[in-house]
Amino acid sequence: MAKKRIVTATINGREEEFLCEPRQTLLEILRGPLDLTGAKEGCSNGNCGACSVLIEGRAINSCMVLAVEADGANIETIEGLAPGDGLDPLQEAFLENAALQCGICTPGYIMAAKAFLDENPNPTEEEIRFSMAGNLCRCTGYDKIVRAIQQAAAQRAEQPASCEKETV
Amino acid sequence: MRDFEYEAPTSLADAVGLLAASNGTARPLAGGTDLIDHVRTGRVSADLIVDLKKIPELMVLEVNADGLRLGAAVPCYRIYEHAGILKDYSAISDSSNIIGGMQIQNRASVGGNLANAGAAADSTPALIALSATVVITGPSGTREIPVDEFCTGPGQNVLEAGEVIVELRFPPRPAHSGSHYRRFIPRNEMDIAVVGVGASVVLDESGENFESVRIGLGAVAAKPFYAQEASEILAGQPVNDETIKKAGAAARAAISPITDMRGTEEFRNHVTGVLTERVIKKTVERARG
Repeated sequence: MAKKRIVTATINGREEEFLCEPRQTLLEILRGPLDLTGAKEGCSNGNCGACSVLIEGRAINSCMVLAVEADGANIETIEGLAPGDGLDPLQEAFLENAALQCGICTPGYIMAAKAFLDENPNPTEEEIRFSMAGNLCRCTGYDKIVRAIQQAAAQRAEQPASCEKETV
Repeated sequence: MRDFEYEAPTSLADAVGLLAASNGTARPLAGGTDLIDHVRTGRVSADLIVDLKKIPELMVLEVNADGLRLGAAVPCYRIYEHAGILKDYSAISDSSNIIGGMQIQNRASVGGNLANAGAAADSTPALIALSATVVITGPSGTREIPVDEFCTGPGQNVLEAGEVIVELRFPPRPAHSGSHYRRFIPRNEMDIAVVGVGASVVLDESGENFESVRIGLGAVAAKPFYAQEASEILAGQPVNDETIKKAGAAARAAISPITDMRGTEEFRNHVTGVLTERVIKKTVERARG
C-alpha cells in the first residue's frame, strides 16, 4: 500500500493537518477523519455537485480532487459558512424559499452559489441557471433554488457588510 | 479507489523522469476530471499518478506578439477569464466556458481534454481551427506536432511512454480574423457534444471575402478532425449564404458519424451542416468586429 502522507490545509479558517493515502479523495477525508459531513457523496463522477466545496474561493467537486493535492490549500465547506450564531444570507434564502426538500444537494448548492455570487454579485436568472448547471437537485425542480440565489444576491447588495465572513 | 503512489514534481525533467522510470502504469494528472473518474471506475489503471500542476511550464498562459502559449495544465476558468484569449482566440474561450459546469471548469484543462482524446472533446475542434501546435516532452526530448495529428482514435493519441503535453502554441491572429466554437447538445449545458464545430476565418480588408478558413469537427468521427475540403472551399470566395452553404455540405461529406444514445447518424449528418453554417456566420461576425 502507498505510504500515507501528511497534508496541511486551512479548512474554514483553521489550519488542519491530516494523514491520507494518495488514493483518498478530499471528500473522503472531509467526511471521514475531519468529520465535516456537510459535503455529500452523490454521483462520484463530477456530475451532481453534491460534494462541492471551495478551494481558494473557487467551487470544485471534492470527489474529483485527491486529498494529497490539497496540501497548502485554503478550503471552505458549508460548516464554515454561517457567521457566529446567525446564518449566511444564502442559507436564509434557501430556507425562506423552501429551496430544498431532501437536502442532499443543499450544501453543494450553497457553496457553489457562494463562489458564484462572490464573482458575479448581480447575476441574471440565465446566468444563475447556467452557472449552477454543475449541481443537480432531484426534488425542487430548480425554480426555488434559482429564486433563493436571486434573493441572496439582492440581500448581499443591500447589506454587503453582513456577507463578509469573519476570519478566524 | 485502487491503491497508487502520488508525486507532484516541480520540474518538467523530474516529471518525465518519474513517468519514464515507473515499473507499472504511470498517469499524468492535471485537473483530474477525467483521470480520477477513470481510475475510480477501473477504466484506466494507475500505479503512480504524477501531478503536473506544480510545473511552471504547464501553467503558462501568455498572449503576445508571437501568439498564444497555453500551458497544458491551465484550468478552463483561467482561459475564459483571459481578455486576450477572448479577443483573439475566442473559440478557445467558447470551449472552456462550456466544458462541464463551474466545478469542472475550475479544475479541467484543455491539455487534459486533448490528451484524453475523446471523439467529442469540446476544446479540440477549437484547437484545430486555430492551428495549435502541441509541444510534447518525454525521455527522448521535445517534439512539436500539429494538433490535427495528435489524436489517433477514440481515447488514443501519439504520446509515447513517459511523454507529456507541455503546452499548446498558437500563431498570432491576423487582422480581420475571428473564431468560434459551438456544439449541439439536448440540454442547455453540462452535456457531451452530439456535434461540435470550431472555425476560424480570415477575411480580406473589405470584410466581404474569405481569405482563409479552418474548420474542426468533433463527435462526428472516431476523433476530432480538420475538415480540409470544407475549409479550403471557402478561400477566396465571397461571404454569402451560398458559399457558406457549400462549406456546410462539404463538412457533411467529410464526417463518419455513428448512431448512439445521443443521436443517430442521420441526425448528426444534418446537424453538422446546420452547425457549420452557423459557426462560420458567427465567426465572420467576429472577424468584422
